[in-house]
Amino acid sequence: MTQLALVIDLNVCVGCHACVTSCKEWNTSGSAGSLSDMNPFSRDPTGTFFNRVQTFEVGEFPNTETVHFPKSCLHCEDPPCVPVCPTGASYKREADGIVLVDYDKCIGCKYCAWACPYGVREIDEHQKVMKKCTLCVDRIYDTALPEKERKPACVLACPTSARLFGDVNDPESEVAEAIRERGGYQLMPEWGTRPANHYLPRSKTRITIHDDELTRVDNPLNKERQLPMPDKDAPTLDDFTSW
Amino acid sequence: MHPAFSVIFLTTLIGVGQGLFLALYTGQLYSVVEVVPVEDSHHHYGIGALIAVVFLSLGLLASFFHLGHPERGWRAIARWRTSWLSREVIVLPAFMGMVALYGLVHYFDLNPVLFTLRETFRIDLSLVIGALTTVLAFTLFLCTGMIYACIKFLQEWATPLTVVNYTLLGAASGFTLATAFAASQGSQLTDFYAGWALLLTLAALVTRVASLIRNQRIKHKSTLSTAIGIRDSRIRQKSQGFMTGSFNTRDFFHGAPQAVFKGIKWFFLITVFPIPIVLLALGMGHSGVAVFALAFAIQYLGLLADRWFFFAQANHPQNLYYQAVG
Repeated sequence: MTQLALVIDLNVCVGCHACVTSCKEWNTSGSAGSLSDMNPFSRDPTGTFFNRVQTFEVGEFPNTETVHFPKSCLHCEDPPCVPVCPTGASYKREADGIVLVDYDKCIGCKYCAWACPYGVREIDEHQKVMKKCTLCVDRIYDTALPEKERKPACVLACPTSARLFGDVNDPESEVAEAIRERGGYQLMPEWGTRPANHYLPRSKTRITIHDDELTRVDNPLNKERQLPMPDKDAPTLDDFTSW
Repeated sequence: MHPAFSVIFLTTLIGVGQGLFLALYTGQLYSVVEVVPVEDSHHHYGIGALIAVVFLSLGLLASFFHLGHPERGWRAIARWRTSWLSREVIVLPAFMGMVALYGLVHYFDLNPVLFTLRETFRIDLSLVIGALTTVLAFTLFLCTGMIYACIKFLQEWATPLTVVNYTLLGAASGFTLATAFAASQGSQLTDFYAGWALLLTLAALVTRVASLIRNQRIKHKSTLSTAIGIRDSRIRQKSQGFMTGSFNTRDFFHGAPQAVFKGIKWFFLITVFPIPIVLLALGMGHSGVAVFALAFAIQYLGLLADRWFFFAQANHPQNLYYQAVG
């Protein structure tokens, strides 16, 4: 069964927030209505976003590393937000595994947000309905777009190609290969939600150099180098061969 | 979690309504087997059921303030197969209707004896309606409790104690109100209700304290390490991606200072349990309306604080992602 999802490479994410702004731009201009903001140009601006980039520091000074961590709906294969919805507004599509909200059925009770351990659902303060990442469902199937642009806005915007998009259940796909070969993992596996989105771990490029690789015992140059002068008092060949 | 006042009022008000009905029906059952005197159908059960319906209606009204689109509220009956919230939305009006029917049957005396059990106990229509309504009352407690208990990663809620506490606290407050109501009518059932109210409040004290002890010792399964998938215990947040708050920072944190949080815990522990217990014990035998009314008022006030604390105490794992602004 098809399960579309994102695979996010933490190794190359530089935390530029291009995925956040492109997501907001695309989804606030969509046919489903704007992703509204409150006080956008005054004190305490706040608004609805599908995608956030957070930053964490791991380790202890001076041995720390900075991890930029994009977070959006993980389109779980067993989504806890769907069965709790009293109206059926929150649903998972059979065809491609995308978890969506029907804005016309949502009563804004926020129960699905309580039931999501990842905190990826946000209420729209103007439309009073629950909103979340749609994997740009209104663009990935849009045949009016050139085929290479039929991807979520965040994937197209990423300058380091940290975001891959595809069917994680198709073993031949780019995303499945990335998960398989580069140690793709899921968030909070302890709750059995089986998130479809995966993250690729950070990996350091290391080379191992042994001492004998720096000074070779069998260096051929040793054969040709100038030998040290023998000590003046040391016996020489002449002592034995003079007659 | 951020305590929503609509839900605090919903759960406490319908708890009182359910408890009051259970009190009335318990009284009627006991009078059928002639353990307690038979009460006046018209005034006692009719008016009593009306008060229960008023409390339930106020609770239902409060619930609408929780919705972004109250006009679409009817849609919430759709997913009763999977959602405890949907089940509650169905059971609450059904229960209200049955309580109203129970009250009407009593008030207008449309209460024929259906059959006689062992030639002594006369089973009338209201008794049969009441039995069905009792089933709905307990189903409603189950639904309300399970809405919270079924979210497994809200570990403070995910325990059978949640359902038990909703049931016992609702029943206790309802029986306390029934005591005050009976006393105001000079009913002979006053001390009967007061005794039950005492027992239920004591039982609720045991289970609520048990849940507090359980929650104090809880070990959260999710950590920042599992949240971002990096196997290191030394992770600090440097940025949450925005400066001035979002739905995630508003709806999942109670935001109260630690002193207020602890203060509310002790406030409800004193006002829900010892004060009403003392007042109920004092009032028994004297049928003092004022004492019983005070007991109910204080206990209800305490239940509002109890429900606030119930929400505030729950730690949502999403909070791990919002530990530092930047």
